[in-house]
Amino acid sequence: MSTTTAATPVALKKRTPVRPARVVLHVVLASMALAWLAPLLWAVYAALRPYAETSEKGYVSLPDTLNLDNFINAFTQSDMTHYFMNTLVIAVPAVLLTLFLSSMVAFYVSRFDFRVNLFLLLVFTAGNLLPQQVIITPLYRMYLLIDLPGITMSGKLYDSALGLVLIHVAFQSGFCAFVLSNYMKMLPHELTEAALVDGASVWRLYWQITLPLCRPAMAALATLLSIWIYNDFFWALVLISTGENMPITSALNNLSGQYFTDPNLVAAGALLTAIPTLIVYFLLQRQFVSGLTLGANKG
Amino acid sequence: MSTQTTTEIPEAAAVPPPGAAPAKKVPQGHRRLLTRRDRLTLGLMATLPTILHVALVWVTALASIALAFTTWNGIGFDSIQWVGLQNFKELFTNNPQFWPAVEHNVIWFVALILVPTPLGLFLAVQLDKKIRFSRVYQTAFFLPVVMSMAVIGFVWQLVYNPDTGLINSIIGANKPGHYIDWIGDPDLNLWAVLVAASWRHTGYMMILYLAGLKGVDPSLREASALDGAGEWQTFKNVIFPTLRPTNTIVLVVTIIEALRCFDLVYVFNGGAQGTELLSILVTSNIIGESSRIGYGSAIAVVLLLISLVVIIPYLVSTFRKERRA
Repeated sequence: MSTTTAATPVALKKRTPVRPARVVLHVVLASMALAWLAPLLWAVYAALRPYAETSEKGYVSLPDTLNLDNFINAFTQSDMTHYFMNTLVIAVPAVLLTLFLSSMVAFYVSRFDFRVNLFLLLVFTAGNLLPQQVIITPLYRMYLLIDLPGITMSGKLYDSALGLVLIHVAFQSGFCAFVLSNYMKMLPHELTEAALVDGASVWRLYWQITLPLCRPAMAALATLLSIWIYNDFFWALVLISTGENMPITSALNNLSGQYFTDPNLVAAGALLTAIPTLIVYFLLQRQFVSGLTLGANKG
Repeated sequence: MSTQTTTEIPEAAAVPPPGAAPAKKVPQGHRRLLTRRDRLTLGLMATLPTILHVALVWVTALASIALAFTTWNGIGFDSIQWVGLQNFKELFTNNPQFWPAVEHNVIWFVALILVPTPLGLFLAVQLDKKIRFSRVYQTAFFLPVVMSMAVIGFVWQLVYNPDTGLINSIIGANKPGHYIDWIGDPDLNLWAVLVAASWRHTGYMMILYLAGLKGVDPSLREASALDGAGEWQTFKNVIFPTLRPTNTIVLVVTIIEALRCFDLVYVFNGGAQGTELLSILVTSNIIGESSRIGYGSAIAVVLLLISLVVIIPYLVSTFRKERRA
C-alpha cells in the first residue's frame, strides 16, 4: 500500500490510486475465502497422507510423504466405478425426461390460455416446495406394492433405478415447469401465432419453434438438475435397499463403514465423490448460477 | 426490473420476482386454428407430466394425511386400522424426541436467517462493486453449494472428529480427559452441524443477492451518491428496499431449507441426541428398526402443515402478480 501511494504523479494518473478501504476489503474477503476453503483443504491434506504417518505424528503435523495412495485405494477397494455407473444410469434419463416433460407443461401453460393453466402451474410449483419427508412414507409403501416382474431387477419399483428416475422426474419437473413457463412467456407471441396461421401443428410449434429458443434456459436447468440429482442422498437411501444398487452419493455412507476404515480413506472417498460436481461447476459455472437464480424459489 | 434486463440476457429477467414477466394473453380466437390432432397433442402434453407429478407427489402427500389417522404394519391393506387422533396424541405427549426435533428445526431456521443470510448479503454487496478478483472470491464462497450435503457431512466430520479432527488437534482437546465431543455431545452437536450448514448457506444466499443486486438501477445509486449519502446510508435507504423481491425468496428458501435438512445431520451423527429433526424422525419410522407407518405419517403431517403455512402465502402472492400482469 505504501509503495503505491509513494508512486509518481504520472503513475497516479494512469491507474486509480489504491484506496485504503479497498485494501481492507480485499484483506477481509481473501481471509474469508481462505476460511471457506479451509475444511476442503484440510480434507485434501488428510487424504494425501498415509494413515500410518498421521496416526503416529497426529493430523496437525508437517508431512513426510504425500501421495495419491488413499485416493487409489478408496477408488479400487470399494469398486467406486460401479457406483458412478449407477448414478449415471439414474441421472441421465432423469435429467432428459424432466426437461422433456416440464417443457411440455410449460409450453402448454404459457402458450395456450386455457383456464387451468394457473392452477396447473400452482400444483407443480407447490409440489416442488414440499419437504421430501412429507411424501416419503406412502411413496415407500407404494414402491413396495408396485410389481414390475421382468422390468426391474428387483421385480418391484422399490430398489430399482427406474423408481429413482421416476421420483426425480416427478419432483424436479415442478421446478423446471415453473422456470420454463416464465421463460416461454417472454418469447414473442407473434412467432407462434404466425406459425399457427401458416398451418403448423402444435407439436411442430413446440419442438421446432419454441424449444430451440429456450436453449439457454434448458442448458442452465440441465446443469442444475445434473448436480442436484447427482447429489441426491435421501431418495436413494430410502427407496433402494440393496447397497450394490445405490448411486454414489448414497453409497458413500455404507462404503465409509465397510471400506473406508480410517479418516484418510474417508476423506479420499468423499473428495472423489465430489469431483464430478466440481468439474461440472468449474466448466459450467455460469449455467449453474443462472439456473439457480432463474427460479430462485427452489429450496 | 424486468424491462431493463430483458435486453441483456433473457434468463436474467426471470430472476425474482418470478412471474414478473409480462404475460400477454393470447386472443381466444386462436383456438379455432387448432385441429383435432393439435388438441389431442396439447391434451397429452399437459396430462402426462401432470399425472406423473400428481401421482408421486400429491397423492402421496394426501396419503400421508390419511395414514396419520391409522395404524398399519404395512402387511396387506386389511391391517389398516382407523385410530383417529391417537398418533398425534402420542406424538405430542409421549414422544421424548418430538418437541426437541421441532425446537431444532426452529433453531435451524433462526440460525440460518441470522448468520449466513446477512453474511451472504454482505458478500454480495461487496462483490457487486467493481472489484478485482471478484470471480475468485465468488467461486470460493459458492463451492460448498455445489457439493452434496452428504459430502459436506463427511468433510466436517474430519474437522470435528474428537480424536483426529482439525479443531481438537489444534486446541489440544484430543487427549483423554480433555475431550470435546463435537459430534456426540448433545449440547454441542447441533451448533457444530449448524456451522457446516451455514458454511453452505452463505454462498447460496450470496448468489441470490448478487442476482438481485444486478437488477438494481445504477442511476439510483448515483443519485444517492450525488445527494451526499454514504455507502451505508445508500445501502440502507436505497439498495435494500429495492431488494424486497429477493428478500422474499431468501426467506422462503431458508424456511424450506430448515424444514428439509436431513442429509447433513444423517451423515454427521445419524440424528443422535441433540440433533433430532422432524425429517429424521419421519425417516427413522421407515428405515429404522420399527416400521410404524401411521405414526411416521403423523410426523410428516406436522411437517406438511408447517410447510404449507409458508408455501401458500408465497405462491398466492407470486401468482397474483402474474395474473395482474
